[in-house]
Order: sequence, then structure tokens, then C-alpha cells
Amino acid sequence: MIYADNAATTKMSQVALDAMIPILESNWGNASSLYSFGQQAKDALEDARQRIAVCLGAQPREIIFTSGGSEADNQAIVSAARAGARKGKKHIISSAFEHHAVLHALKALEQQGFEVQLLDVGEAGTVTPDQVEAAIRPDTCLVTLMFANNEIGTILPIAQIGEVCKAHKVPFHTDAVQAVGHIPVDVVAQNIDMLSLSAHKFHGPKGIGVLYVRKGMPLTSLIEGGAQERGKRAGTENIAEIVSMAAALEDACANMERNANHLIPLRNRLIEGLSSIPYSALNGDAEHRLPGNVNFCFEGIEGESLLLLLDDKGICASSGSACTSGSLDPSHVLLAIGRPHEVAHGSLRLSLSEYNTAEEVEQIIAAVTEVVEYLRGMSPLWKAKCAGKVPFVLPE
Amino acid sequence: MALYSEKVMDHFRNPRNVGEMPDANGVGEVGNAVCGDIMKIYLKIEDDLVKDVKFETFGCGSAIASSSMATELIKGKPLSDALSLTNKAVTEALDGLPPHKLHCSVLAEEAIRAAVKDYYDRTGTDYDPSLFPEEGSCAHSHDHGESDDAAFELDLPEDVKEQLAQIKAAQ
Repeated sequence: MIYADNAATTKMSQVALDAMIPILESNWGNASSLYSFGQQAKDALEDARQRIAVCLGAQPREIIFTSGGSEADNQAIVSAARAGARKGKKHIISSAFEHHAVLHALKALEQQGFEVQLLDVGEAGTVTPDQVEAAIRPDTCLVTLMFANNEIGTILPIAQIGEVCKAHKVPFHTDAVQAVGHIPVDVVAQNIDMLSLSAHKFHGPKGIGVLYVRKGMPLTSLIEGGAQERGKRAGTENIAEIVSMAAALEDACANMERNANHLIPLRNRLIEGLSSIPYSALNGDAEHRLPGNVNFCFEGIEGESLLLLLDDKGICASSGSACTSGSLDPSHVLLAIGRPHEVAHGSLRLSLSEYNTAEEVEQIIAAVTEVVEYLRGMSPLWKAKCAGKVPFVLPE
Repeated sequence: MALYSEKVMDHFRNPRNVGEMPDANGVGEVGNAVCGDIMKIYLKIEDDLVKDVKFETFGCGSAIASSSMATELIKGKPLSDALSLTNKAVTEALDGLPPHKLHCSVLAEEAIRAAVKDYYDRTGTDYDPSLFPEEGSCAHSHDHGESDDAAFELDLPEDVKEQLAQIKAAQ
């Protein structure tokens, strides 16, 4: 099997597994218990918090453990909205290509009387600091923009956007689920007030994540019922996964440069190889891009059938077609960068990790080329285009 | 459980009757590129029998499998059988489709009907126009579940609550 869907989830690293097992075996106490066995668990928890804080350039007390990226996004957005509403500020700035954890949370706020402004991300798939500055109003209570896009891998100028927000004293949250562990993140240097991350995107376990909240930022609890996480997130801490996440993050940050040096040539070779398929196009900016992300559109075919045939060849990938999203429309990200529906249906995301090899990349290029050609051979849309009856959308 | 039945995967991986038919005497095409699926059916009708049938499909796995199965179900059969083929029959022959994929079988039924209508038009055969209703838009049978109600209620200040209540009342 060639696993090329690391933006969906990643294989746990050996260090993450090794960190988890001893907790489950011998340090399984409840960190809220008074006796020393409980306090031993508490020590492991606080040690992990400290190590994660160091990786992000944060203070340990600014780290709140959550069930993952979605919960962290929801909590950040609700907290800022609630604090804003208290001051009569109900304008929120975000972008059209955020993860649904952000977009759906914002939609819920809209129904509660908030005004949500989604910035245009353009063909390149990014937001500029100038766009943010122009959108900020006296009643803006939050700017929430993703660090890197989960589908097309584009990296936003987060430090500069953070600077704009700071200058205007507007809280700034970033969904950094795809960025943390892959590209440098420093909450102080990048002027970030709140940040969401998820362990399973950097070879840690699923079901665990972090909300970083700068000291002094108001925080609302979404889950009531206990004093854990300074009363901001009730529930007995999942210490095995928290410790495992800390180990995975330290490992990812320590090897970030080495991994990027391995991944970027693989990514570029994959882009080059797939570009030789006629009427195909890379989605998103080629340069400001996550080291492992490749996202293409192929004209005249549909993404789900492409994925199924790649699966038959042992390749795991994903697509933004409507058929794979389970909804009527193809990926909102591809539509946001201006791809028309018919082309967005024929999209393919390949997301590599340091475990992928150059040989695998060659196999992927050969397989995708073959499958695209096969599907085009039975596509009436492709034939109509070739016969000049329907115009091509992408350049040859 | 796998996404699709073994039957669907078999017809997707090894589609029957795929390709063009230059000497077809009935051709039907339904769907559109915006929706993400287009089916084209070619019929060769002789003596009121479907002597041969071919298809071309742009679409997902179940669209390709539905086309393939639909052609198998009408090949060699009387024209009246082709005209009365239902999406239900296609779905059943495939051992079922996921609910949000049922529209693929509807497209197969519509594509065959469109091809029969084309045959009737070409041969000047009289027919009841009500047999060939206009095809639907791509919204017709996608199961488009809207997300649930807002997952949380904000603890808003009283004045904001009042404003919201007024807005609601005004609507």
C-alpha cells in the first residue's frame, strides 16, 4: 500500500507509540486524584503540557487540551464571539476556504446575530494582510484564518496577518491543524492569540488536540462538569494520548527541516509528473505550499472513480468531488479558488509524509496517468471536449 | 463495510458494453458536467429488439456501475423492456446502492429512455410524450442532508437577546 493521504490522518510514529504504552500500562491514574498515584499521572500531564508549550513558543498555562482540532476551533470561535458580544462587537472576519469546523461554527453564530465576513482567497488560495486590514471594523471581535489549507496546502502569511490584528487590537485565531509539526510555528513571533492543532496530523494519536490561548484572552467552556484545564474543558484528561502527542510533536519539530528536505523534492517531482497529463492543473500556489501537499484537477473525469481505481492499485488518496464529500457540491475550497464545478469534480489530493519514497512517487505518477487516461476513454464529456463541442477549461 | 456492494465494484472495475457505437440508431445523453455525472447510451434497435447497446459515462463509481448494469439488463430484450426499465431494477441488480448514490440509477433509467425517444424520433414512430418527462436537475435525488441545528447556544447579554428576539419577530 502507498499511503498518500497524510492530510487526512497520519501513521503514528514509533516515538508516539512508545510514549503512550507505559502510561496505559502503569501510569493510568486520574490526574485529579489526591493520592500520589494520581499525582504521578498529573506530573506526566504537566510535563507534556510544558513540552508542547515549548514547541509552540507558548507558556504551559496557555495550553488547553481538547479532543482535537474541531473542538479547539469551536472553542476559540465561541470564546471570542461571546467576549465580543459583551462589548457589542459582533463582526467576525474569516475566509471562504476554511475547514468546516470553522465555517460551520461561524454559520451557527450567524444564526445568532453575528455578521461573518468571508474574505476572498483568489486563485492562489491565500489571504493578504492588506485584505484583513481593510476588513477590520470597530466592531470586529475576531479574525480567524487557517495557517495552511487542508486541501490545497497553501500557507497563509500568518505572522503579518497577526501583526495587523495586533495593531488593531482584534483577537486572532488560526486553525493550524495542517501546519503544526510541518512548518515553523511560534505563537509569539507570529502574533497569534489562539491556535488549534490536532495530534494525528503529525504522527500522533487521534482524538487529542490543543487550543493555545494567549494569557489574558477570555475563554468559554464548551464542556461543563469539572475543574480540569483550569475549568475551561471538563473531562478526565486523556493522559496517554496527551503524552503521546507531546512526543510526536517534539519529534516532528526536531526533524522538521530534515523532513521538509525529503518531502519538497518528492512533492515537486509529483507536481512535475502529473503536469504532463494534458488538461490538468495544480490547485493552489506552487511556492507557498506545505512540503507534502499536491492537489490537481483533471478535466473530463470524476474524482471518486479515480480514487477507487487508485485504491485498486494500492494507492490511498482523496478528492474534492461532490461524490466523495457526500454533498451536492464539490469542494468549497476548489470553488473558492475559482475552479468551476465540472473541473472541481475531477480533483485529486495527494499528501505525502516523510515515510513516502521517491519510488512511490514514480508509482503514483504512473498509476494516476494510466487511470486518468482510462476514465477519459469512457467519458462522454472528455470526448465532447476533444471533438470541440464543449470548450476545455484547463490549459493543455 | 465497504462503500459499495461486490456487484457494484465488479461492474465498476469491469464495465460491460462500454464504448461508442458509430452505427447506433438511438442515442441518449443525460446529466451535466456541473453535477458531476453524464451518461450517454447508444442503442441499435432491430425488429423492436435491442440488438446492441453501449454506454459512455463521466461520473463516480456507482454511475459507471449503474450504466454497465443497465445496458446488461436491456441487451437483447424487446424495446418495450428497455422503455420500462426502472432505476429500482438497476439498483436491485447491483445488490443496492448507498442512499446518496441512488440518483446514479435514476440517470441510467433516464439515459435509456432518452435513447429510445431518439430512436422513435429518428424513425418517425408515434409515441406518447408523457412517457418522456423532462429530466431533473442535478439536485433531483442527491441526498443533501443539511447540517443539524446550531450545535451550541451562546450565553448572550440580555440586550443582545432582546435585539435577536425583535429580529426574529420581524421576520
